[in-house]
Amino acid sequence: MTAHAQPLTERINRVFGVHPKDAQVTKSYILVAFAALLAGGVCGLLQGLNRAGLLELPSWFDYYQVLTAHGFFMVVVFSGFFMIGYFYSGLSHTLGGLLPRVRKMAWTGFGLGVAGALMAVVMVLLNEASVMYTFYPPMRAHPVFYFGLVLIVLGIWTCCFGAFIQVADWRKRHKGQHLPILAFFATGAFILTLGATAFVAVEVIVLILPWSLGWADTIHVMLARTLFWAFGHTAVNIWYLTAVSAWYVVVPRIIGGTLWNDTLTRVVVVALMIMNITGGFHHQIVDPGITDPIKYMHVFMSLAIGFPSLMTAYALFAVMERAGRRKGGKGAFGWLKKLPWNDVRFVSPFVAMLAFAPAGAGGIAQTTFQLDSVVHNTMWIPGHFHLTLGMSTAMTFFGLSYWLIPHLTGRVLTPAVNRLGLIQTAIWAAAMILMAFAMHTTGLLGVPRRTEFTTYGDFSAALGWDPYMTLLGIGAILLLIGGAIQLYAVIYLAFFAPKGETEFPVAEKEPGDVSGYWTERWGVWVSLMIVVVALAYVVPIVDMVVNAPPGSPPYRTW
Amino acid sequence: MHKSEKIWLTLSFGMIMLFMLTMGYHAFSQGMYPPGGMERIDPQKVDETPPFDQPGIRQVGENEYEMAMTLEAFVFAPADIEVPAGSTVHFKLTSKDVIHGFQITGTNANGMVIPGYVLNITQTFGRPGKYLILCNEYCGAGHAYMSGTVTVV
Repeated sequence: MTAHAQPLTERINRVFGVHPKDAQVTKSYILVAFAALLAGGVCGLLQGLNRAGLLELPSWFDYYQVLTAHGFFMVVVFSGFFMIGYFYSGLSHTLGGLLPRVRKMAWTGFGLGVAGALMAVVMVLLNEASVMYTFYPPMRAHPVFYFGLVLIVLGIWTCCFGAFIQVADWRKRHKGQHLPILAFFATGAFILTLGATAFVAVEVIVLILPWSLGWADTIHVMLARTLFWAFGHTAVNIWYLTAVSAWYVVVPRIIGGTLWNDTLTRVVVVALMIMNITGGFHHQIVDPGITDPIKYMHVFMSLAIGFPSLMTAYALFAVMERAGRRKGGKGAFGWLKKLPWNDVRFVSPFVAMLAFAPAGAGGIAQTTFQLDSVVHNTMWIPGHFHLTLGMSTAMTFFGLSYWLIPHLTGRVLTPAVNRLGLIQTAIWAAAMILMAFAMHTTGLLGVPRRTEFTTYGDFSAALGWDPYMTLLGIGAILLLIGGAIQLYAVIYLAFFAPKGETEFPVAEKEPGDVSGYWTERWGVWVSLMIVVVALAYVVPIVDMVVNAPPGSPPYRTW
Repeated sequence: MHKSEKIWLTLSFGMIMLFMLTMGYHAFSQGMYPPGGMERIDPQKVDETPPFDQPGIRQVGENEYEMAMTLEAFVFAPADIEVPAGSTVHFKLTSKDVIHGFQITGTNANGMVIPGYVLNITQTFGRPGKYLILCNEYCGAGHAYMSGTVTVV
């Protein structure tokens, strides 16, 4: 951005605040996200208590219904709706308000997403879709469940294209300028979302729907599973990229600092975008039907994402150190004391960043040929994503909500709610650490994931798991308490907090930080992304299709 | 870019490459491949397709066995097997219905059994004892009861 453009937008925002119609969009998305957090949290509590051996679930709402609903609420609805709401407010704020047609698209996407999610959830509640959020064929859910998924994907696509139209319009009106950094993140995230959902759309629309309606007798199970993971692996990284955008752009502003390095930040976005979809097979390392060299290539591409993540780790702490030292922090660690430890808008995302260290390390371990054999489909895996999604992503989203919601509703964060937020951060972090510890440990002992409480006929090894599983129950209770506090804070900030102005915190560049315009070559980045995706998927998918085994008819095993 | 950042990024890059090279060496030079295999099968005709028409264990060498096992909701067939200590077992696994998992606790034997494909897992059983076989991919209402045993004598 040039010298004059930024202050102008800032002045407009100061005078007019947030555009009320844009605020309504994001507010609606975020309220749906937190409603899903509550519903998913209740399911999580039931599950935790069951696995701890403390609660037998009734037949009309059994463990696998609860588990499917929990995964769906958290992974699809909470994360998805929050991501879209947050990035749309970022686009509105940094690009001078949403275009009317883009706002209309956001509402269309909202309607499609809510309708689709309701269809899917109702089918789960009616016991017609106990298929987990991964819905692997040849288990067949009720067709309405799949139609619900299609609507969600269409809604997401509407939002992706809305964002692209907004960005393209801004670029046309600001020739030669850099896209503001938050909009740059949003563009990368929406491109990645479009690329990832393309795979799952083919899976659901081409393979599953005709088969679930009985128009096709059999389905290619392996192909469906492969298409799912091209999406599934990327989906979690989209939420991660959303959290990373807040760490780079929002957190520095809250601690009174500046952006780390504009160009490097943009490089991280582009790298995560290009390399993400191509790691899907690391979910399929112990699958048949894929050759070892292809698995190895995917593992390489999955591990490659570790590089931009490690760049991020450096940048975040460097920003904190710089801000702390400028406030007079001395010595090796004196700068840490200068950070705002009594501000939930900083503390919550800070804990989220810390969680990403063990989360990333565990992710790298489970992505290798040999170590995956130890932990594949054990409790280690949910342990991993309760760190990545449950902590790194969710706690960043929580941290954002303490200023984003009052910003949108023209209210302010009160000291009391800030204090409550700090308490919630502590409860949530303690609970997740407890759960993640228990899950990783039991995973190494061989406890399978996605399995209701069982001792396998009092098998000696299985009985030894129980003490750890009790920790899961305790963690789940704490999480529901934390979740309830969080929800209270969200509702208070949305409807009851005192009126006032709340800033949308976007960090400025360091003086003298000049970025190269080459980062704006979106055509090149998207082409590269397509080349890398093709490299990873064309050979194995063609092989699966050409040498397809006879297909599978539908089954209902629940 | 700061000097410390350059050092950090060089170390990061080196670490990831070292990780890849170690894993590749183990896999491609020492044969420590993950479970897998490219053999295909008609999932609706498993009972008629060798070796699954006669599931069970057979000796193929000194201390070496081949185990043909089918998986369906919610049983392993055969579910309980016995092998002498120190023997290597080549498991050949396939599913007759939905996706299942195959895991022997206390070992690294772990893989996905996908209808239409045959999964190969090789495991050497050193110490005598009783090991639990369990299904580790959700396969339906009785998933938690899908188990078997390997007795090493």
